[in-house]
Amino acid sequence: MADRAPHPDSPELRARWGNFIWNEANQAKAKEIVARYPEGRQRSAVMPLLDLAQRQVGEETNTQGWLPIPVMEYLAAYLDMPVIRVLEVASFYTMYNIAPVGRFHVQVCGTTPCVLRGSDDLLETCYKRGMKQGHTTADGLWTLTEVECMGNCATAPMVQINDANYEDLTADRLDVVLDLLARGEQPKEGTQEPGRHTSEPANALSTLKDMVTENHDYRSAW
Amino acid sequence: MPKVTVDGQEIEVPAGATVLQACELAGKEVPRFCYHERLSIAGNCRMCLVEVKPGPPKPQASCALPAADGQEIRTDSEMVKKAREGVMEFLLINHPLDCPICDQGGECDLQDQSVAYGRGGSRYDENKRAVTEKYMGPLIKTAMTRCIHCTRCVRFSEEVAGVDEIGALYRGENMQITTYLERAAEHELSANVIDLCPVGALTSRPYAYEARPWELKKTLSIDVSDAVGANIRVDSRGREVLRVLPRINDDVNEEWISDKARFQVDGLTRRRLDKVWIRKDGKLARASWDEAFRAIAAVNAGASVAAVAGDLVDCETMFAAKKLLGALGSTLIESRQTGMSYPVDNLAAVNFNSTLAGIEEADAILIVGSHIRWEAPLVNVRLRKAAKRGAKIFLVGAEWETTFAAEFLGEDLTVLNNLPDYVNDTMKGAERPAVILGGAALANGALAPALALAEGWNLVREGWNGFNVLHMAAARMGALMLGFAQAGGIADLIAAKPKLLLALGADEVNFATFDGALKVYIGHHGDKGAAAADIVLPGSAYTEKPGTYVNTEGRVQYADKAVFAPGDAREDWTILRALADALGVTVGFDSFPQLRAAMVAEVPALGVEGLANYGALPAAVAGAKAEGRIAAYPIKDFYLTNPIARSSATMQECSSELLHGEDVLEAAE
Ligand code: SF4
Ligand code: FES
Ligand code: FES
Repeated sequence: MADRAPHPDSPELRARWGNFIWNEANQAKAKEIVARYPEGRQRSAVMPLLDLAQRQVGEETNTQGWLPIPVMEYLAAYLDMPVIRVLEVASFYTMYNIAPVGRFHVQVCGTTPCVLRGSDDLLETCYKRGMKQGHTTADGLWTLTEVECMGNCATAPMVQINDANYEDLTADRLDVVLDLLARGEQPKEGTQEPGRHTSEPANALSTLKDMVTENHDYRSAW
Repeated sequence: MPKVTVDGQEIEVPAGATVLQACELAGKEVPRFCYHERLSIAGNCRMCLVEVKPGPPKPQASCALPAADGQEIRTDSEMVKKAREGVMEFLLINHPLDCPICDQGGECDLQDQSVAYGRGGSRYDENKRAVTEKYMGPLIKTAMTRCIHCTRCVRFSEEVAGVDEIGALYRGENMQITTYLERAAEHELSANVIDLCPVGALTSRPYAYEARPWELKKTLSIDVSDAVGANIRVDSRGREVLRVLPRINDDVNEEWISDKARFQVDGLTRRRLDKVWIRKDGKLARASWDEAFRAIAAVNAGASVAAVAGDLVDCETMFAAKKLLGALGSTLIESRQTGMSYPVDNLAAVNFNSTLAGIEEADAILIVGSHIRWEAPLVNVRLRKAAKRGAKIFLVGAEWETTFAAEFLGEDLTVLNNLPDYVNDTMKGAERPAVILGGAALANGALAPALALAEGWNLVREGWNGFNVLHMAAARMGALMLGFAQAGGIADLIAAKPKLLLALGADEVNFATFDGALKVYIGHHGDKGAAAADIVLPGSAYTEKPGTYVNTEGRVQYADKAVFAPGDAREDWTILRALADALGVTVGFDSFPQLRAAMVAEVPALGVEGLANYGALPAAVAGAKAEGRIAAYPIKDFYLTNPIARSSATMQECSSELLHGEDVLEAAE
């Protein structure tokens, strides 16, 4: 995260994105989103709108999408708020890409549970394909980022690619996922463990056994 | 009124006070970094931790905790001591501890508080983080590795200045304070963040590495860069003024000063008049005081002498000139250099009657012909506060970028004769309506119609006088009180065709209109006045003489002398006194105290610090109609409005980078 920085402002950037406006579908969506907030609090819509703008940029560039400076300025004007406030929000949350990314943004979880369950191997798999942290591969297909816990620890290790989570990964399973994506197919989302549906216990139940049939109050046991 | 106990001492605090304020009321010092009286509460530095019962058994941030009845607050317990030590240690983890090369050294909150409340040493031996330099313009020097993320600078520019340009990017350890895309901070009060920053992250660029605070002599003074009369402290070493800082005066400048007031002082050492000059064959040549006085006496002007006072002149200088002219038999004195001639028989009509602090209370304001941001940035701050409290603000005149919600009614002054109904209704229905007339309005003769409006709207009522004139010259109100004005303005002087013209620091006069006169310029900078003069007598700038100033609300204030004028320059009154001898008249004073006493004897209000009383507004003239348009304001360049600022390298840099640089950029786009 330390090397996160907005993509530098340049005449080329302005030339490419200076005229950014909502496309027809998003125009309607943006209106609807802003309308969700009470009168005078429209600025609160900045977060969903940043996401919407990122997606629109993604569509236009065939990538996951990112937020060029002129697009943030457009949003600031759209919500009538100072652009520095928009930039603050966009730079705070790592799910906003403030620099260009590739077609697939591979976010490998590097927090303790995932590391214990082998996320290092996943990173290795990515490196083998030429990915480098914080960079986009030359073919524009992959951007690799190591991120903090994504809340899938029960099915660690996991990787998030664009909007989908892939869990219970091994080096080989990740390879399969990446191959499918590269071919333009959509791999199965969620756990990759055969026989597992979501995050239910992988083997026999080991904790909270009394909860299986009914709600149980464990408090007296503490 | 909740009652609380602070360290065993029971006190009553005003409702709505915070625990921190309660502690202060009890005389206890609570260390803090992010809390600031004039900014919103952020509660992010945690330095103000105290122990509060009832409450969770842990230290609490006192700045963000409301004082409640029956609270038992401790600032001296072991828990508090440890908490402060802990916070201090954390704050210093990523702080570079580069005090020896930091300009904040000696006046740094972090330094002082770590000495007072910190541990002796740090247990941290990992790498420290470093933050890249951030550009914030020609005035603010940054060393962002020193930043402790108190966000005072962010809150100041958003809340007080009203120009959202500083923000905190990223988060956690990576948080960085920056202006948007590292553009220069671009408003008239930007440098106040230097004072606000509790550490050395934001320091003064022009003053960088100039001095340590303990080397400086501190003199209390009054700013002359506009008519607000901000209270300042002049820090000098030897004969040089090194910097200017604001003093707190809630009635005038609160705690702020404009960038011009702060940074024009480097102009005090450049383009100075430090010798006597006499024009010979069209060129100014060095001369002695004697030669100059003889040359002046030689024109034998008798009573055919006039004096024009400039914008920065103190009352004593003007009074001395008035006495001199009086002794010579002339009353041709004027201070409105550019030719304005509004009536001055009733000073209440040309005063900022609501007072500067009072305008915050107004709930409907009509501004006519004033680019307030440039003419009085500190009044702009007040207007912003009024607008935030819900005041409706209308403006007549060319549009400028306001920092508050306001509506422009157009450039055409005739709109005053026929205001839209909703404006009329708002002003009529307001509890404390106010009108503010700027220089452009006075110049266009809008005073009479504005007085008519004032009468119609009842601007003067119990406990409220909302009729305001906003001047731009620090000398103006003082000059008017001293009678430095003619019924017809400077035109009367021109018509009298004087043989001798004394220009007291007057640089904006059209000297060509006085071509028959021997023009004597008494002032401190080689600016327009000196260029047009036949004789130049070197005088003192505002930091080099004691003086009385009256601000636009009629507040009499006194400034002290910080340094000596350079070279042969003298305090202005001594020059006029010597001139009296040369011309063979007596003026009745031989020392500054005598001069001041004589002045106070004539205008007693000048002897009392504080608001002068000008009595009631004059009755409006029936049928006064406004005409003309205000397509532009007198100030073309905020940073270069007076000879000192025009000589200042810093102000020139600001002008070219902040005002004209932008034009260049826009043209390129
Ligand atoms: S730069 Fe100074 S004022 Fe601004 S957040 Fe950092 S420490 Fe606070
Ligand atoms: S640690 Fe990887 S998802 Fe929680
Ligand atoms: S002063 Fe209270 S948290 Fe900073």
